[in-house]
Amino acid sequence: MIVEIGHFALALALGVAVVQSLVPLWGVARHDRALASVGSAAAITCFLLVSVSFTALVISYVRSDFSVENVVANSHSAQPLIYKLTSVWGNHEGSMLLWVLILTLFGALVALSRRSLPLRLRAGTLAVQGMVTVAFLAFTLLTSNPFRRMIPAPAEGQDLNPILQDLGLAIHPPLLYVGYVGFSITYAFAVAALIDGRIDAVWARAVRPWTLLAWVFLTLGIAMGSYWAYYELGWGGWWFWDPVENASLMPWLAGTALIHSTVVMEKRDALKVWTILLAILTFSLSLLGTFIVRSGVLTSVHSFATDPARGLFILMILVFFVGGSLALFAWRAPLLRQGGLFAPVSREGALVVNNVFIATACATVFIGTLYPLVLEMVTGDKISVGPPFFNATFIPVLVPLLLVLPLGQSLAWKRGDLLGAAQRNFAAFGLGILVALATIAMTWGGPVLAPLGIGLGVFLVAGAFFDLGERIVTRASGWSAVLSRAKGLPRSAWGTALAHAGVGLSVIGIAAVAWSTEGIGVLKPGERLTSGRYTVVLESILPRKGPNFTAEVARFQVFSGNRELAPMEAAKRIYTARAMPTTEAGIRTDGLSQAYVALGEPQGDGAIAVRLYDKPLILLIWIGAIVMSLGGALSLTDRRFRLGAPRRSAPAQSAAVQPAE
Amino acid sequence: MLIWIIFAALTGAAVFALLWPLGRDRATAFADGADATSLYRSQLGEIERDMARRLIGPVEAESARAEAARRLLRSSSDEVGPSGETEASLRRRRASSALALSCVPLLALLVYGAYGSPGNPDQPLSARLQADPARQDFALALARIETHLAANPSDGKGWSVIAPVYLRQARYDEAANAFAAAIRHGEASSEAHAGLGEARSLAAGGVVTAAARDSMVEALRLDPKNPRARFFLAIGKEQDGDAPGAILALRALLEDAGPDMPWTQAVRQRLARLEAEAAGGGVAALPPAEQQAAIRAMVDGLAERLKAGGGTLPEWTRLIRSQVVLGDRAAARAALVTARDRLSQEAAARAALDALAVELALKETAP
Repeated sequence: MIVEIGHFALALALGVAVVQSLVPLWGVARHDRALASVGSAAAITCFLLVSVSFTALVISYVRSDFSVENVVANSHSAQPLIYKLTSVWGNHEGSMLLWVLILTLFGALVALSRRSLPLRLRAGTLAVQGMVTVAFLAFTLLTSNPFRRMIPAPAEGQDLNPILQDLGLAIHPPLLYVGYVGFSITYAFAVAALIDGRIDAVWARAVRPWTLLAWVFLTLGIAMGSYWAYYELGWGGWWFWDPVENASLMPWLAGTALIHSTVVMEKRDALKVWTILLAILTFSLSLLGTFIVRSGVLTSVHSFATDPARGLFILMILVFFVGGSLALFAWRAPLLRQGGLFAPVSREGALVVNNVFIATACATVFIGTLYPLVLEMVTGDKISVGPPFFNATFIPVLVPLLLVLPLGQSLAWKRGDLLGAAQRNFAAFGLGILVALATIAMTWGGPVLAPLGIGLGVFLVAGAFFDLGERIVTRASGWSAVLSRAKGLPRSAWGTALAHAGVGLSVIGIAAVAWSTEGIGVLKPGERLTSGRYTVVLESILPRKGPNFTAEVARFQVFSGNRELAPMEAAKRIYTARAMPTTEAGIRTDGLSQAYVALGEPQGDGAIAVRLYDKPLILLIWIGAIVMSLGGALSLTDRRFRLGAPRRSAPAQSAAVQPAE
Repeated sequence: MLIWIIFAALTGAAVFALLWPLGRDRATAFADGADATSLYRSQLGEIERDMARRLIGPVEAESARAEAARRLLRSSSDEVGPSGETEASLRRRRASSALALSCVPLLALLVYGAYGSPGNPDQPLSARLQADPARQDFALALARIETHLAANPSDGKGWSVIAPVYLRQARYDEAANAFAAAIRHGEASSEAHAGLGEARSLAAGGVVTAAARDSMVEALRLDPKNPRARFFLAIGKEQDGDAPGAILALRALLEDAGPDMPWTQAVRQRLARLEAEAAGGGVAALPPAEQQAAIRAMVDGLAERLKAGGGTLPEWTRLIRSQVVLGDRAAARAALVTARDRLSQEAAARAALDALAVELALKETAP
């Protein structure tokens, strides 16, 4: 009965979403407050109904209810509980339900943020959000229904794809979906503003926290996906320029541009039209990603079962939302009241430079991802656009952007002083050059460009914090003054610095990939293999039984030079239900570097093929991403986003705490 | 019934949540101005703070203040005063209520009606496993034993339970493996050897191969009276061209058997055919094609009779089994469906039919 209640609740949510997409819009058009407030009620109801539905599916999975087709196809009674839970979204139908759940969650959050959002904007936004919800609910119910029954129920399920039986599945998709879906809110804000014909700094301030939130989660989601691929696929790569990865990178780039352009709009009431366009494009790219991944245009671990009807349905959603919003944009954008002009050398000018570069980078990824697909559709030729293309196009666009990043950060609003900014960053730049030179000296004869990359990363990290230092530390002030100044800086300034430093950390990690080494050998117990700084000694190969797999586990002693690290294990598993093998890499973290072991084929005489990688500073790639998200999260807590909330601190009190103000 | 009450309650709650704001909110116009004003006020505050921190000079601060003030003025001039309840707003409310009242239940019923199956209860695995073994799903029990054996491959008892099941399901190779495993792990009974022989022989298309014969001989060594082993050895004799020897062996087998043994029927048929062949007449003496036709005519007659109406469980079972033996699985499936339909009132009969479907591997098409 629980299954059927979940199914019915989902169908009911569709009806509520239809009301949500129509009535508030009418209210906005007729200036009717009562009608507009239906949007909030509908959004919250919709979220509750979808939660009921999602809970029902989760219960079916946990109880191994094999009368549900989706559970049969993706679960097994012997799975540990955590994988029974994650199996819920480890498949197409369930992941669509999670998608809809997050979509409606965001709708409910917008509905509840009464304080920070004008009712008009909220109603319009909820209506557009309602349309997106209708589309995805209909898609789920009509083409990918997770509640289809299978009577009589089979005795056992077919198990989840073993590659997905990993903790990564518990983390990566929910984070990524919050990111993708979060951008649907900014899209809804943009379309609502276009429909309403009003767009101003209030809009920008209202949109910014949502954009930041989505961006933070998308950053974490992509980083987590990258780390998961790194340790699960067993060959030590962390980014493959695979269309599926590009599908998430494109909205991330557009979203990054968006969080920067909304700052300009909020502070200077400029770049309105461009910001609206970016908001539309960001979500359009998310939808495009969904289409590429789910339609069966390409095969990957993400595509699950493919079905032409689904591809067609998503294509229709794509055409409606992208085409519709762009048409609306073409019609309404010229009517928007333009903001003021501004000087090229200023913070806002620097942010425009940022937008131009990021948009260009996004375009190169777009072309590199879609060109092969379109070519194959038109001529039937299969070409592969791989890392060489992206290295030749994406990186040259990105490097100049990173070089001017610290300059932009230290320019003032309205009218900046380029020379002054350059002087302020001189120390950071010098530090970067020094580190690059030192690296060249230490690794003489090694890769040529990588030390420059390290220097660039150091420049970014140093630039981010030197700028903050400039603002906190002034001449003739004691420690207490510095401290109070640090407190006085808005959180968004700290967030900016942190996020930019995160970019620098990632750049260092990526540059250091040039020094990673690979060693291959066939080892018997007791034999050793060396690669880069690390040496492993194969101790033993043991059989082991898991709940739903059997494994051959190889134990290794790990040495870095003469120093012994904790031992590690690598394994090859066979999942019995699908008779499918997977490789579990053995990873030993050593500071920021990692020794990475992947097992190959057993050689019969007790020997096994082993690949050992030395991955220097590799963790910085993901730590950088996490630091970036922390920066975003810190920005999100900035007081100005809680606009409209009554100021609680009395003036006298605040004067005592913040004497600098 | 309960489920429809829950559906109705859910629908009612959802519709009520949509109607609530329509009935409650009396102030009908927006107050956007207030929102904008508070933003620009806080912007003015920020300018003050920036100036105090010497991030901007007094001149810039002055012009920034002027600009913020200009925007503040512009936004407050956009403001529309609240207007009271009007005829038009009432009409809009009624239309919205009508939309919520109709669209929500209708869409839900339409979509759920098309895809839902309200009659099917949940079937969590633990509940299925705890169900009375007699009523337990046959496939589930089989799967349980298979899982158990995968984890404990040296459980001879388990193998000896599952092997005859495989044999009945015509999974002869698996049956042979299972019997062999049972023998290997301490269940080397006469029955197991005979079963292994039968599985080997049926896997070879009914030919009593040398390996099958070895198993039968071993079975007889353990139990000289084992009827199955004696039967297959007799057939082996027949296949070797020793028809008189086969007849003698089968007669001896019948004499030793009690009259109510279920397998005597098959032995008698076989014997009759052999004797008829020896005498040169009767159905069994016909050439194989005509013989097949004669048997088919008998089965078809039974099918006709049962189709016309009635039929007990044993009759249906006989028909379905015969059709499977004749290789007409489609007819067997059709008969199974009809039988389930006719006997739908008797739970025991339905369970027996389900078990039969599993046994004969007809399950995949059972609705």
